[in-house]
Amino acid sequence: MGAGHAHRLYRHGHSPVHALPPHTKLAAVLAFVVVVVSTPREAMWAFAAYAGLLALVAYAARVPPGFLLRRLLIEVPFVAFAALLPFVARGERVDVLGLSLSVDGLWGAWNVLAKGTLGVAASVLLAATTELREVLLGLQRLRLPPLLVQIASFMVRYGDVVTDEMRRMRIARESRGFEARGVRHWGVLAKSAGALFIRSYERGERVHLAMVSRGYAGSMPVIDEVTASRAQWCRALALPSAAFVVCLLGWTV
Amino acid sequence: MHAPDGFIDVPVSAAAGVLAAGAIAVSLRGARRELDERTAPLAGLVAAFVFAAQMLNFPVAGGTSGHLLGGALAAILVGPYTGILCVSVVLLMQAVLFADGGLTALGVNITTMAITTAVVAYPLFRGLVTVLPRTRRSVTVASFVAALVSVPASAVVFTLLYAIGGTTDVSIGKVAAAMVGVHLLIGLGEAVITALTVGAVVAVRPDLVHGARGLRPKLKLRVDGELVDAPDAPEPAPAPARSRRKVWVTGLVTSLVLAGFVSFYASADPDGLEKVAGDHGIDKKAEEHTIADSPLADYGVKDVDNARLSGALAGVTGVGVTVVAGTAVFWVVVRGRRTDRDADTTTHDDSNV
Repeated sequence: MGAGHAHRLYRHGHSPVHALPPHTKLAAVLAFVVVVVSTPREAMWAFAAYAGLLALVAYAARVPPGFLLRRLLIEVPFVAFAALLPFVARGERVDVLGLSLSVDGLWGAWNVLAKGTLGVAASVLLAATTELREVLLGLQRLRLPPLLVQIASFMVRYGDVVTDEMRRMRIARESRGFEARGVRHWGVLAKSAGALFIRSYERGERVHLAMVSRGYAGSMPVIDEVTASRAQWCRALALPSAAFVVCLLGWTV
Repeated sequence: MHAPDGFIDVPVSAAAGVLAAGAIAVSLRGARRELDERTAPLAGLVAAFVFAAQMLNFPVAGGTSGHLLGGALAAILVGPYTGILCVSVVLLMQAVLFADGGLTALGVNITTMAITTAVVAYPLFRGLVTVLPRTRRSVTVASFVAALVSVPASAVVFTLLYAIGGTTDVSIGKVAAAMVGVHLLIGLGEAVITALTVGAVVAVRPDLVHGARGLRPKLKLRVDGELVDAPDAPEPAPAPARSRRKVWVTGLVTSLVLAGFVSFYASADPDGLEKVAGDHGIDKKAEEHTIADSPLADYGVKDVDNARLSGALAGVTGVGVTVVAGTAVFWVVVRGRRTDRDADTTTHDDSNV
């Protein structure tokens, strides 16, 4: 509990981006990603403009570039996939450095790379400037079904507890000389997973009883209703609006 | 495999999003039936479990390792509806917090990884458990098969989405071969892990495995040194049956109107899948259906020349046949259940004497 009640991606700060209400940020990121995805892939300059916009946001949020770039590593698997596309796609071929590549495949690879990277960067910025609890409040404000938000909130609240339980089981296994080296050891690991499920489920039952004894009747009380003023909405939606202008230019030019 | 943004085009992503939202709405109701008001904490904790279990590394060989996907496992352990909810929530939080999988691709990811796996794995698992002998081993076998099929099935659905809305012109045959080939291997690992995990849970708390709830052995009492089946606790009195006639009649009338009248205006163009198959020459090999010569082939009635009238007649006949067949199946099932219950009560009466 001493580690602070924030997830690993959160970066504490007091920037204007941190201060925005969470649901405006969620809406802005979603709108931004939709705009990016619907941009034609031939308008390469538009993606550079989007990257510039995100860099401005990162600057305003005082998120250092190194932090952002390190978080972008999560998309390495897609990069590998995108690198394959020029070789397997059909259509017109072009010779690059002695390799016969498909033109459409090159465009497809660029498309996945550019849009995927921008999407990941926007999500990383959101996660870096918004606390977990705020994300949940924001989702609730955006009219996600309350039961779904409750489930998500229990997941994030107990995610660390369950992960820690798993870590303790690993330490217990290792301190008894167990080391998983191959398929033959899957039985032990699966038994750990089974035990983890039973412990999680039983913890859920205990949590439910504790909640009932404190007067839970199916819905959580909302004590910190988040609201956003018009100015805050304007500030949050500046990013997708600017992106939308770029997108329109991308379609017309 | 979490699809990133820009992988599937916007219309198909949006359609998948709508599908995912609908499935989640249905699951929210279904989960309340499975767990009643305990839904939030229990589903939340199970979601946390799925999240943690995905981090458990299973070493394969030569330094590589795999991890659980968990769709089939969650559906078997906590039921299909709760399973869909848990995996969807995990995917949602991964997309929002960890940037794992694109926000616009969330619908696609939920459709392939949460909905498809549960919808494929759970009925298969239930079917196998009912057919196989009522032992713990058959629960393990059933979960092995269910997980084995669920992963390639999810790959197939992803390939379909890619075929309709993919952003790059890759031959669908190649995508399908690569996806299904790779996912058969992944599915094998998933199946082994799922079966072992379900086996471990069944060994300790068989009552927690939702898909195997019917397998609990009957309570035995030792009476005068002999083992006797304990009488069941009296079942709660069934709620007074509401008349279903209104629902039934409305449904029938709606179907008839749709089939007989609205079908006039239905599109005569081939549907999306047929189009894709046609464009890529997949359907060249498709053989005519064996009942292509039947009186109702291709949604028309033979010997009736007016195309609209013929279509309407075929529709109405189809509805009629479906209703009769459905009612027959329903009736047989209900009757079977009733006779079972009657048989049970008689044996109990005997044992009570």
